[in-house]
Amino acid sequence: MLEIKNLHARIAEDGTEIIKGLDLTVKPGEVAAIMGPNGSGKSTLSYILAGRDDYAVTEGDILYNGESILEMDPAERAAAGIFLAFQYPMEIPGVATMQFLKVAMNEQRKARGEAELTTPDFIRHVKEAAGDLEISMEMLKRPLNVGFSGGEKKRAEILQMKLLQPKLCVLDETDSGLDIDALKIVSDGVNSLRSPDRATIVITHYQRLLDYIVPDTVHVLSKGRIVKTGDKTLAHELEAHGYADIINAAA
Amino acid sequence: MTVQSKLPLTAAETALVDQFGTRVGSLPGNANVVQIRDRAIQAIKENGLPTRRVEAWHYTDLRRLLAGVPADDPAADAADLEPVLSDAVRFTLKNGRIAATGRVESVTVQSMADALRADVSGVSLADHGIIDATGLINAAFVTDGFVVQVEDGAEPAHPVELQSLHDGGQAHVRNVVTVGEGSRATFFDRQAGSDAAVLDTAVTELKLRKNAEATWITVQETGEAATHLAQMNITLDENAKLTLFVVNLSGKIVRQEINADVLGEGADLTFRAVNLIGDDAHCDITLSLGHLVPNTTSTETVRNVVTGRAQGVFQGQIRVDQIAQKTDAQMACNTLLLSDDAGFSTKPELEIFADDVVCAHGATVAEIDHNHLFYLMARGISEKTARGLLIKAFVAEIVEELADERLIEALETRIDRWLEAHG
Ligand SMILES: Nc1ncnc2c1ncn2[C@@H]1O[C@H](COP(=O)(O)OP(=O)(O)OP(=O)(O)O)[C@@H](O)[C@H]1O
Ligand SMILES: [Mg+2]
Repeated sequence: MLEIKNLHARIAEDGTEIIKGLDLTVKPGEVAAIMGPNGSGKSTLSYILAGRDDYAVTEGDILYNGESILEMDPAERAAAGIFLAFQYPMEIPGVATMQFLKVAMNEQRKARGEAELTTPDFIRHVKEAAGDLEISMEMLKRPLNVGFSGGEKKRAEILQMKLLQPKLCVLDETDSGLDIDALKIVSDGVNSLRSPDRATIVITHYQRLLDYIVPDTVHVLSKGRIVKTGDKTLAHELEAHGYADIINAAA
Repeated sequence: MTVQSKLPLTAAETALVDQFGTRVGSLPGNANVVQIRDRAIQAIKENGLPTRRVEAWHYTDLRRLLAGVPADDPAADAADLEPVLSDAVRFTLKNGRIAATGRVESVTVQSMADALRADVSGVSLADHGIIDATGLINAAFVTDGFVVQVEDGAEPAHPVELQSLHDGGQAHVRNVVTVGEGSRATFFDRQAGSDAAVLDTAVTELKLRKNAEATWITVQETGEAATHLAQMNITLDENAKLTLFVVNLSGKIVRQEINADVLGEGADLTFRAVNLIGDDAHCDITLSLGHLVPNTTSTETVRNVVTGRAQGVFQGQIRVDQIAQKTDAQMACNTLLLSDDAGFSTKPELEIFADDVVCAHGATVAEIDHNHLFYLMARGISEKTARGLLIKAFVAEIVEELADERLIEALETRIDRWLEAHG
C-alpha cells in the first residue's frame, strides 16, 4: 500500500537534511507503529507523506498503491485517501468547524466523482461520529480547533478521520494530551476503521497506546532513518530499555 | 498650502474648471449657493488637486491618479439596483438626478436641489478648506441628493436605502440625514454603476440627535473605471449610537473620508470597514474621529484584502480633546495581501490631550497563513477553495458582528462573488 524508498528530504528554507535514506513498507490492513527519540524526524515524515511543501524531497520516492505521490499536492493526496492526524492540530479562527467538515467531505467526494452530501445526510454522519467520540455538537459550532483543549483537538482529528474514511491513516502522537478515558475512546475510534484494505501508521512514544491499537509492525526511527523493525514485542523492549542500545547497535 | 500653485493645471483640473464654466448656469441653487460653487472651483483652479505633499492625501495622490474627467451625461440611464434587503425603501439618483423616491412612515425626504434653491437651515455646501478635493468638487458640481429627517422618537418599519447610480459621465450627490431624538433607524448607502468612466462624488452629512441609534451601511460597487470620492461628516449627540459599516467591493480610484465628531456624553461609534481591492484599483479610507466630550466610546476595525496590483490605504486619526476624559477608543486595521504586487499603507494617528483615556491602535499586514492552508488542503480541500475559506474567515469575523442575519447573508454573498472573481 505504501512504499517509501531511500527517501531523503530537506527543510526547503535552509536545506537542512532531516530524512536521510528512509525505507518503509506498509501493507494493506497493517498497523505500523513508528517510535523514535524527539527530533528524529517522525513528524517530518508524516508531513512529507501529507505533502507539506516546507520540505523538499531530494532523493528516493514514495509510492502509494504503486504510484509516486511526490507530484501531488496535499489536497490531491487527501482525496486519494491519505490522512494525517496532526501532532499539533491548527486553530483556524473564522472558519466554522461544521462548515469546514462539510466542505472537506464534499470536496473529496467531488474529486472522486461522487455526488455531494445533502445537508441532512451530512448532519447525520457528523452526529453519529461525534457521538462515538463523545464530542458535543456545541463544540463543533465553534471555529475550527479554536479554544479546543489539547485532548479535544485530538478527538476532533479522529472525528475528521472517521468522516473522511481515508485508506492510509497517519496518526502523529494522537495519544499525547489525552486523558485515560479519552485514550480508550480515541483508540476505539481508530480500531473501528481497521479493515483489510486500510493501513495505519501510528507514531507514538508510549506502549500505552499500543495496548489499545495493537501494531503488526514496529519501526524505530533515528536521525532520519528506520534503524530497526520488529513486531509488537519491539515496543515492549523499547519501553523497558529505551532507545540507546538499538540506536548504538545501528550506528 | 500653496506649493502646487505654480504647477500647470492637469488635464483633469482643466476639465473641471472648463466644465464648471459651461454647467454653472444650470446647476441648482440660489445666489448664495452659486457663490459657494464659484469659490470651490476657484480653490481647485488656484491650488490644483492635492498631491502626496498634502498630508491628508499622502497615499492617494489625486492629482497623479485622476487622469481625466469624463463629461457629464444627463441622458445616461443607469440600470436599476435591487435593495440590499428586500424590505428597504429605495431613494434613487441616476447620474446625480433623482430617478425614484419612496415613502417611509415617520421619515420626511426632500430634494437637495430644492433645498439649495431655497435657504433651508442645516443644508449647506460646506467644505473642509482648500485641501478638501472631495468637498470642493462636490460643492461645485452637486446636482441633487436627499435631505432626510427621521422624526423624534420614531422607529421606521423599513430601512431607507439611498442609491447613487451611474452609467458613465458624472454623478455628484449630497445627502443630509438627521436621525431625531430617541429614534432608531437603518440606512443603506449604495454607489453602483456600469464600467464606463465616471467621476462620482458623494458627500453625506449624518446627524444623530440625543439618544438616537442608527445603523448605516455603505456598499460601494462602482464599475471598473469609476473614480469615487466620498465623504461622510458625522455628529453624535448625547447617548447617540452609530454603527457605521463600509464595504468597498470595486471601483478604480476610491477615496472614502469619514469625519466624525462625538459631541455628546455617552455616545458610541462602532466603525467597521471591509475593503476588497483587486486588479489595479486604489482604495483609501481616511477616518478622522474627534472625541470632544467626556465618557464616549468608539471602536474602529478595518479589514482589507488586496490582490492583483491593487493598493489600499487606511488613515485613522483619533483626536481626544483635553476635556474628553474617560474616552475609550480602540482602532485596528488588518490586511491580507494576496499577491506580491498588491500593497497597503496604514497610518494610525492618536492625538490625545486628556490624561484619563484608553486608546489603542494596531495594524497588521500578512499573507495567507500557509500552515492554515496546508491544514485545510490536507483534508482534501483544493487550494482555491481553501484560500477562499481563509480569506472569507478573515473578513467574516467582522461582518458577523452585525445583528441582522439577512444582512450578514447579503454581504457575504457579495464577498463570495468577489472571491470567485479575485480569490
Ligand atoms: N520546518 C522546520 N524548520 C526547522 N527545523 C525543523 C523543521 N521541521 C523539522 N525541523 C527539525 O527537524 C528535526 C525533526 O523534527 P520532527 O518534528 O520531525 O521530530 P519528531 O521525531 O516528530 O520529534 P517529537 O518526538 O519531539 O515530536 C528536529 O530537529 C526539528 O527541529
Ligand atoms: Mg513529532
